[in-house]
Amino acid sequence: MSKRVVELELATPGVDAQGRASRVPLTADRAPEPGLDQEHMLVNIGPQHPATHGVLRLVVELDGETVVRCIPHLGYLHSGFEKLGEYRHYNQIIPLTDRTDYLSPMSNNVGFALAAEKLMGVEITPRCTVLRVIACEMSRIISHMVWLGTTSIDLGAFTPFLWAFQQREKIYDLQEMWTGARLTTSLTRVGGLLADIPDGFVEKLRDFTKTFPKTLGEIDRVLTRNAVWAGRTQGVGTLTAEEAINYSLSGPMLRASGVAYDVRKDKPYLGYETYDFDVIVGEHGDVFDRYLVRLEECHQSNRILEQALDRLPDGPINVDDPKVILPSKTLAMTDMEAMIFHFKQVMEGVKAPVGEAYIGIENPKGELGNYLVSDGTAKPVRWRIRPPSFINLSALPKMAEGHLLSDLIAINASVDIVMGEVDR
Amino acid sequence: MTFFLVSSFIKMFVVFNLIMVGVAMLTLLERRVCAWMQDRLGPNRVGPQGILQPAADGLKNILKEETSPAMADKTLFTLAPLVSFVPALVTFGVIPFASPLPTRWGVVPMVVADLPVGFLYILAISSLGVYGIVLAGWASNNKYALLGGLRASAQMISYEIAMGMSTVAVLLLAGNVTLSQVIAQQQHGLWFVLPLTLGFVIFFVSALAETNRLPFDLPEAEAELIAGYHTEYSSMKFSMFYIAEYSNMVTASALMATLFFGGWDIPFTHWDDTGDPTVLKTLLTLAAFSLKTFAFLFTYIWVRWTLPRFRYDQLMALGWKVLLPLALSYITILATAIWFIRVQIGWLYGPGMALILLGVNVVLLVALVWWLDRGRIVSGIAEEPA
Repeated sequence: MSKRVVELELATPGVDAQGRASRVPLTADRAPEPGLDQEHMLVNIGPQHPATHGVLRLVVELDGETVVRCIPHLGYLHSGFEKLGEYRHYNQIIPLTDRTDYLSPMSNNVGFALAAEKLMGVEITPRCTVLRVIACEMSRIISHMVWLGTTSIDLGAFTPFLWAFQQREKIYDLQEMWTGARLTTSLTRVGGLLADIPDGFVEKLRDFTKTFPKTLGEIDRVLTRNAVWAGRTQGVGTLTAEEAINYSLSGPMLRASGVAYDVRKDKPYLGYETYDFDVIVGEHGDVFDRYLVRLEECHQSNRILEQALDRLPDGPINVDDPKVILPSKTLAMTDMEAMIFHFKQVMEGVKAPVGEAYIGIENPKGELGNYLVSDGTAKPVRWRIRPPSFINLSALPKMAEGHLLSDLIAINASVDIVMGEVDR
Repeated sequence: MTFFLVSSFIKMFVVFNLIMVGVAMLTLLERRVCAWMQDRLGPNRVGPQGILQPAADGLKNILKEETSPAMADKTLFTLAPLVSFVPALVTFGVIPFASPLPTRWGVVPMVVADLPVGFLYILAISSLGVYGIVLAGWASNNKYALLGGLRASAQMISYEIAMGMSTVAVLLLAGNVTLSQVIAQQQHGLWFVLPLTLGFVIFFVSALAETNRLPFDLPEAEAELIAGYHTEYSSMKFSMFYIAEYSNMVTASALMATLFFGGWDIPFTHWDDTGDPTVLKTLLTLAAFSLKTFAFLFTYIWVRWTLPRFRYDQLMALGWKVLLPLALSYITILATAIWFIRVQIGWLYGPGMALILLGVNVVLLVALVWWLDRGRIVSGIAEEPA
């Protein structure tokens, strides 16, 4: 019995290139592993590797430089968010959502708040709706900018990374203006928002929407028709529409394969049906198309931002329901009734009726689902996230096998994972 | 004899130090130029405009703890940086960098050693550099390093051939492998970049690959192989790889200037290469040479921060399927053309011959670009989905 067979026996389950169940070692063995004297070489990429975008670990079996098998190992960033949520009031869960997909925190906040509001039957105000759209689209832009930058670094082009990150900084400044935090925004509350936008925000965001397409154009010029870039990405990691659907992919990954599914169009929320934007669809389902889809989605997000700024109505941002929304601090100090509501909400939380609610929103990385089950108390019995990048990642072995090691890096980058969300 | 020894020693000393300082400044230049391309400032804290940054980096690297992997082959692990460092410096020895300098004791040619085999020496020594990288990759006992070392050896061997072939054209035209003679030829006619445009293109691409610079930096492809062959190196040993890379750049740039851009020749005048040597001439030609070299170094940096990286098979395809056949057929066509002009028409190398050859090159270049642009060279490896 060879060393390799023993290793396979002792290890965790996986599926090999032919789809048969097989096993790979979970921990490194002290004895020498399949090495130079054998046909294949096991290479461990990650959890500390410049191209695994966090702590993804890929155990790759290489034949020369060709990937024979690729098995992702997850869980290095597991934080138990869903379980933690079962011991938190609905509003207390919102900071947890910041930390799942930490590249688009505002969008996660919105997704959770929508689910909680659906559970409680709360109708949010028109101003809040538009502001949430702005938050979602800002998130989409920063998430795509990070994706664009890191992918170009993975493929060796360093310069677009910094161009992209400069634009991201501008949105971060806006997030800081609005919520006081750059990364952990905790923007939403059940039934409203943490705060209204400050003075000067609209002008600054308008300024951004005017200057942003210029940077996109520069990135487009330096990459899209670049022969090296096209050669590295075209025809790599191809998924047909059928395969993409079978893998339950969503977001740009699905659309790049030619499936025009966008939650914003197909199951509209936050009044997305009233905005004028296009669903970007690729045709080949390769890394290049995923790049094009994301690049063009930034333009579309920019369009939505402009429209949202144009229509931003005046009015309150929170629903007028003291059982859902905390009264202002001044009111709580001066008004008896407000103080009681304040006390009840802080101590008991916002109660939800018995039932369950699911809402999917179009997060930058795909369809982010939030599923809540309530037993009538102020804490959910079960909170489940449908993490888009986790599900998109599941197609990685399928896409990578048979490609070269360099392609594996490109494909992994094209999935656009964020480990906070994958491991939750 | 004493004069020869003393002058040679002084030249060696000066050239060595100039290259080391040049390399240090080049690292700073690279960081400042890429910062400029990326809308940021780059290192500007240490000394005025960050001019002392390389010194600080050097000091840091010397003071850092040196680690070596437990399972590494100690001897080879230590030897590898040296093997890659020395050839990078030694090659510069045969490149003339200015017009001869008159002194009280005689005229000193401004080249460390004007070897009769000049260019062959460069080809021979620069091939040695790959040993350092392969040994580093192998001795580290690390899979990433091994893959990097393997890639490096395959890449450098492939591109060495194309590089050598493209210079055969130069030698055909110059009729001599001594670099000072190559320069002299260019001073009397036109710079070889005009009659040998395509040769220059091949040489430039191969030189990028030879020095492991983007878009050909696969041996150390950061995103794939951490740092490739020098993954396990730290402290001064790592620095030596770094210095070797940059001195290779300097040498390759100087070589391009020498072979194709007239070396230390100042264009549009014969003042510099006729008459008695003077100190002023030496200084001005040195400046001309430095300027040309600098232009290529800048191009190196420019290319690096613009292009993404090739994939291994694309790199090999480019080397073996494009550059090598191209270089071979180029030599054939050019040799025919030179034979025709020399034997049938009876011209020696001069502006007339250069212009005819330039015409040939332009035709070839247009055909090549048209052919390259058909998308055959870099394309995805998978089939188009149905």
